[in-house]
Amino acid sequence: MPHAIETKQLTKTYGSLKAVDSLDIAVEPGEIFGLLGPNGAGKTTFVSMLCTILKPTSGSATVNGFDIVREANKVRKSIGIVFQDPSIDDRLTGRENLFMHANLFGVPASEQKERINRILKLVELEDRADDLLRTYSGGMRRRLELGRGLIHYPKVLFLDEPTVGLDPQTRDHIWKYIKELKQTHDITVVLTTHYMDEADRLSDRIAIIDHGKMVILDTPQKLKDTLEGDVVAVRANNVNALAELVTKWLGFPKTKIVDGALEITVRNGKVVMPRIMELAAQNNIYVESIVLREPNLEDVFLHYTGRNIREDTGKELHGASAARRRAIK
Amino acid sequence: MSEARGFYTLWLREIKRFYRDRTRLVTSFIQPLLWLVIFAAAFATRFALPANLTYRQVILPGIIGQTLLFTAMFMGINVIWDKEFGFMKEILVSPVSRFTIFMGKMVGDSTDALLQGIIVFVIGLALGIPISPITFFYALPIMLLITFGLVSIGLVIASFMGNLEGFGAIQTFVNLPLFFLSGALFPLKGGSLPSWLVDIAAWNPLTYGVDALRNVTLGAAWTPLQIQPLWIDIGVVALFDGIMIVVGTWAFTRMK
Repeated sequence: MPHAIETKQLTKTYGSLKAVDSLDIAVEPGEIFGLLGPNGAGKTTFVSMLCTILKPTSGSATVNGFDIVREANKVRKSIGIVFQDPSIDDRLTGRENLFMHANLFGVPASEQKERINRILKLVELEDRADDLLRTYSGGMRRRLELGRGLIHYPKVLFLDEPTVGLDPQTRDHIWKYIKELKQTHDITVVLTTHYMDEADRLSDRIAIIDHGKMVILDTPQKLKDTLEGDVVAVRANNVNALAELVTKWLGFPKTKIVDGALEITVRNGKVVMPRIMELAAQNNIYVESIVLREPNLEDVFLHYTGRNIREDTGKELHGASAARRRAIK
Repeated sequence: MSEARGFYTLWLREIKRFYRDRTRLVTSFIQPLLWLVIFAAAFATRFALPANLTYRQVILPGIIGQTLLFTAMFMGINVIWDKEFGFMKEILVSPVSRFTIFMGKMVGDSTDALLQGIIVFVIGLALGIPISPITFFYALPIMLLITFGLVSIGLVIASFMGNLEGFGAIQTFVNLPLFFLSGALFPLKGGSLPSWLVDIAAWNPLTYGVDALRNVTLGAAWTPLQIQPLWIDIGVVALFDGIMIVVGTWAFTRMK
């Protein structure tokens, strides 16, 4: 079976900034493919090229077998996009927005009404369909956009940061829809996110992107498995000293300090915990708390990029590159 | 076929948005009323007109032209809103061609502006300005023709603009010069206007639009003062429309 998306050395540069740097990615039909990375990692630029909004500087890509440059119109007809920022007309009703989309994407007039009713049911907006969008909540708008992206039966659906700025309940709701969509519509979903839990819960496979490059690609479970084991998080009055001691005496090199807590990645946390306590006591370090947990994608990201995903949040969103990025949107 | 449907849906959107913005419709009555009642009364004696013409007759087509101009330019703001609130992206990533996108928006906005023009025409008749109501039907296609080019100017400018702040400058640098230099408020011919003013006005497409409107509404009474015969007026306006549609399509093609 051909790939739903295939990119070859896909690159986009802005002056000296390589927003996307020689990406080779193949997305299988029917999977939810997660692109995970901090803000400014190049996720949106990458997706914009696949959606034919931006032209690549070099390299090539196909979406549903169509070349993104030479067959841009065919690509457009075969994909659905939910943008990072809202892109609906809030002076029209929900239903009117859907009708507009159906017309723009060439859905046969005879099928429009039925498809739209089905979509409204799917995203549970039937009772609000004829209200102006300005009266919708953020979550409802998002759901409408999700539904809108499906009206023309796309084979690939792009979701660019679908739950940014939404409250936890609504995020949960949206996630549920995305999973349902995949089952009921038999489509490929490309999801970009900088939320670890989102990527973890939704994706069949995850590509970690940093500085425009792919760092690693695997299933969420395997990514977590590569970390081999548990994370022991210790809070103490002198975590730096404790970190040194742990590295020196217990031989655990994978230590890091996150939000004032020492985190040690080990194969068997239960056995290690008493020894850490002992070591702390011998060196007059007072341990406030010690917790054992499973590694999450946050740890995976740190492991592969050497930094915490949140450290970078917003960092590159100043000055000229920010202006360019806004222009891309 | 899908291009036609795309055009229709974009056109319909402009109409719906306009119709729902009631405040704009209400205020659109006020301005022409002020011009036709107060300004016309104050300046009626300033211009030497043939005995068979009153100043109010002359100024009515001018105020229609002004209304078309201001409304048309104001429509550009929609493009900036669409860009700012993201809706433009939804349109731009659709498989519909940029020419169709431009035409859908342009004809939609022109329809809205035309409605405003019609309102002014009706106000003029209601004020008892002696103009044959039948000429309304001749004026209608001319009004639409004028609007196409003017709306296009607004759309082109807006497509280059990033935010709403700059749009106010258009009022100063486009609207008012085009308005004052079109002869909307005074006949360009037959008076003692400085020749530089008349010369500049000859390069203003709105001059021919207003002249065309006067040619059809005032008939033979306007002939001594006309800039050009009707068919040349229409030709100039149509040519300008054609150029602006090409420019507009180009502007929309380069829009991201």
